[in-house]
Amino acid sequence: MREVSLAIVGGGPAGLSAAISARESGLGGTPPAGGIVIIERGRALGGILNQCIHNGFGLHIFKEELTGPEYAHRLVEACVRLGIEYKLNTMVTDLGTDTDGAKTLTLFSREGAERIRAKAVILAMGCRERPRGALRIPGSRCAGIYTAGLAQELVNMKGLMPGKTVVVLGSGDIGLIMARRMTLEGAEVKGVYELMPYSGGLKRNIAQCLNDYGIPLKLSHTVTRIEGQEFGRGESSDGCGRLRGVWTAAVDASGAPLYATEEFTACDTLLLSVGLIPENELSKRIGVRLSEVTGGPLVDDSLQTSVPGVFACGNVLHVHDLADNVTLEAYRAGESAARCIRGGAGAFGVTGGVRRIGLRAGRGVRYVVPNEIILPAGPKPSAGPDAEPGAEYTAYFRSDNVYRDVYIRVRLAPEGSCSDSEGAVIKSVSKRIVTPGEMETLKFSLETGKAATLEVRIEAKG
Amino acid sequence: MYDCVIIGAGIIGAAAARELSRYRLKLLLIDKAEDVSCGASKANSGIVHAGYDCEPGSLKAALNVEGARMYETLVRELDIPYRRNGSLVLCFDQKEGPARLRALYDKGRKNGVAGLSLISGGQARALEPNLSGEVTAALLAESAAVISPYEAVIAFAENAYTNGAEFIFNTEVTGIARLEDNFSIKTTGGDFVSRTVINAAGTESDTINNLVSPHKEEIYMQRGQYYLIDKAHGNFVSRTIFQLPTMLGKGVLITSTVDGNLLVGPNAENFRKNGESIPNITDTTRQGLAEVCAKAARSAPNIPVRGTITVFAGLRAKAGDEDFHVEEPVRGFVNALGIDSPGLSAAPAIARKAAGMVLARLEPPFNPRFVGTRSHGARFAGLSFEEQARLVERDSRYGHVVCRCETVTEGEIVDAIHRPLGARTLDGLKRRTRARMGRCQGGFCTIRLMEILSRELGIEEREVTISGKGSRIIL
Repeated sequence: MREVSLAIVGGGPAGLSAAISARESGLGGTPPAGGIVIIERGRALGGILNQCIHNGFGLHIFKEELTGPEYAHRLVEACVRLGIEYKLNTMVTDLGTDTDGAKTLTLFSREGAERIRAKAVILAMGCRERPRGALRIPGSRCAGIYTAGLAQELVNMKGLMPGKTVVVLGSGDIGLIMARRMTLEGAEVKGVYELMPYSGGLKRNIAQCLNDYGIPLKLSHTVTRIEGQEFGRGESSDGCGRLRGVWTAAVDASGAPLYATEEFTACDTLLLSVGLIPENELSKRIGVRLSEVTGGPLVDDSLQTSVPGVFACGNVLHVHDLADNVTLEAYRAGESAARCIRGGAGAFGVTGGVRRIGLRAGRGVRYVVPNEIILPAGPKPSAGPDAEPGAEYTAYFRSDNVYRDVYIRVRLAPEGSCSDSEGAVIKSVSKRIVTPGEMETLKFSLETGKAATLEVRIEAKG
Repeated sequence: MYDCVIIGAGIIGAAAARELSRYRLKLLLIDKAEDVSCGASKANSGIVHAGYDCEPGSLKAALNVEGARMYETLVRELDIPYRRNGSLVLCFDQKEGPARLRALYDKGRKNGVAGLSLISGGQARALEPNLSGEVTAALLAESAAVISPYEAVIAFAENAYTNGAEFIFNTEVTGIARLEDNFSIKTTGGDFVSRTVINAAGTESDTINNLVSPHKEEIYMQRGQYYLIDKAHGNFVSRTIFQLPTMLGKGVLITSTVDGNLLVGPNAENFRKNGESIPNITDTTRQGLAEVCAKAARSAPNIPVRGTITVFAGLRAKAGDEDFHVEEPVRGFVNALGIDSPGLSAAPAIARKAAGMVLARLEPPFNPRFVGTRSHGARFAGLSFEEQARLVERDSRYGHVVCRCETVTEGEIVDAIHRPLGARTLDGLKRRTRARMGRCQGGFCTIRLMEILSRELGIEEREVTISGKGSRIIL
């Protein structure tokens, strides 16, 4: 069986960036033995960026505005320059742990079946879109209903238009981008309907994709019924025709439709942008523990999962708004994997060798990544809690609602206490607005050794 | 001139064609849809019922038990996904329920069902830990099974085709005239003459009957709605879980499907036709789905409905007297009419009975070239690593995974297109390979499948449909 140091599953921005940083962290070896290998199931590196032909990528990292394919190209070029091996059209069908702790990957491609062993694995499989069925919207099972990403691939990669009159359900970023895209390609977009009282997308996308084109955004609204073509006898094959329109209604505070407000909007196309789900079927195969909130692995601040030697980054871990955030996260995963291969820290939840403390979501916070932080080994562990002064950490999190004029804070939470108790404030930042559609980051340092668990919270001013 | 024209390529028509293809007969199946199994046969519970709940002495009772027994060999001969998982009928009280369970048990014994036993609520929960604490007793039927209903139709049809039966699709029967010794069948695709006719037209079997028989029939339709839940929850139950039957049928069930999903449904809503087709009758509704959820929760309170990957509705074609009608109202014209539940379970027996009536008229010799077996082709996901590797070595297209949720390869897709009566549409591929049937519902593979269909069929990508006319992906 072939041996590599690091196998990276997925060749999108997360996998590419992780490979670059692992190599730059000194992970050596020349292919085919001992090196890094990226395994990509698609026909090109770059992942979903390849179909994101709009601009706005790379402002933080590359300090310029790139399109998705340009952004991907920068990463691919770097990988090629660094001599990183990659396999395309190759599916990892199984992932396991060998008796000696090495990871085993089962690969299939047109070239054949292969099993490889890796000292460490980085999970970078990205996410999938929630389909119509997951929403359980009643009505016809007709043609004309697409996830926004599928429509994006049709329009941008194939040059094929899925429809002419469009309703978008959900205001996630891909939905907003596709509302504009379909408009530019000559379709009529009748509106974007969002169940929540706020958009799940970036503010700039609402301005640039909806407002600039006069596309209405209907907050606290949803699609209640899907209506397909009616067929008379002799016209239909089996009842599956084209979409003829959707029924929409306002929803109450709990999200339940107010059926008295139901109205019909004629359209031939319904695009769904109703959530992204980290693709962790493979992670489950190797026993990685997943978060019930994000659907992604539980990780420590080195991005190591509950399985030693298995790391995760990008949308497989939690869904990001910005490719730059994916890249930064993946850089960290690559460094950590390189360190691990050289002989480093234990896995998430394993206390042997290193001290770890939990980082959890408190009031107002839907989730936080990482779930644990590793305290630097103190010179005298017996002298009590021993975080070194100045050790820097970053919490990435999303709020559970829109909050205005608040503090985002990291507090100490004594172990076992309920989340409403007050612990000492470690870091506090004032925010004019916090919304679930924009990931927040909070850098903090631990200068005290009193912590057992940390909590990220959103707290009202005054 | 055909010896037999079969109207309807659902489970009954396909099974009857396969049965008749044992003989030297010129056979034609006509269906209005673009593929086999596009009506009631594609959207049902996928259960081979043990046969304890049909009235003893009814045609349903006899044919259900006989059909269920026939499947045991048929699924091997025709390579149909099938798993004998057993079923439980639950009751929730101490008085009436146990007596009704006992009555079901007695009916089952009279119908000749083996493997029945009455068990306590505690025993039922020991078998199925997710059952409600309210369950007081249950009837266990070991012979109940789950089956892939559309794969069963495809298998029967392919085998019939291989043995010489002809098929035409997208063709609707508009008239049947009885001539001296045969029938003239008018269709939207031309006229056909046949010595005999089998009417297996499902919800339209009354319409077909009324074209030729002096004895008019009326079929009413019963819609049932379902939740199909992610394979991650497929072991929520291992058996098929029923409640005591009601006036409207067997009630809402919870079952692990033969493919490993969890299926919950159906409710029962009756529709009369009054001579008109009812628009969007296979739609799901808010009320119907809510009803399924509420009723199923009685059997098991924590059904993982949040893991739903799709909801759908199917129709049952019911006769007024609730029994099957396998009859010959006009000499040479055979009805299989009112084939509602347990129609799938009874299908092989119904088909054999209908075919028997045709054979009695025609008295044909055996088909010397009849081959009774058929293979589905490789199912990559179900193979061991070594078998998968060998397959890829033989044909590299089996190394290219197209549908990642169900691990379906390009080799399987291409095979499904080019095998006898191959797939022409995305739904045709779905029923043959499971591509687009997984948790992403085609989000990732739809375009790959369009590309392959286009390449293999020599059509434009924009011409690819979900299920035939009017259902293009590209407008």
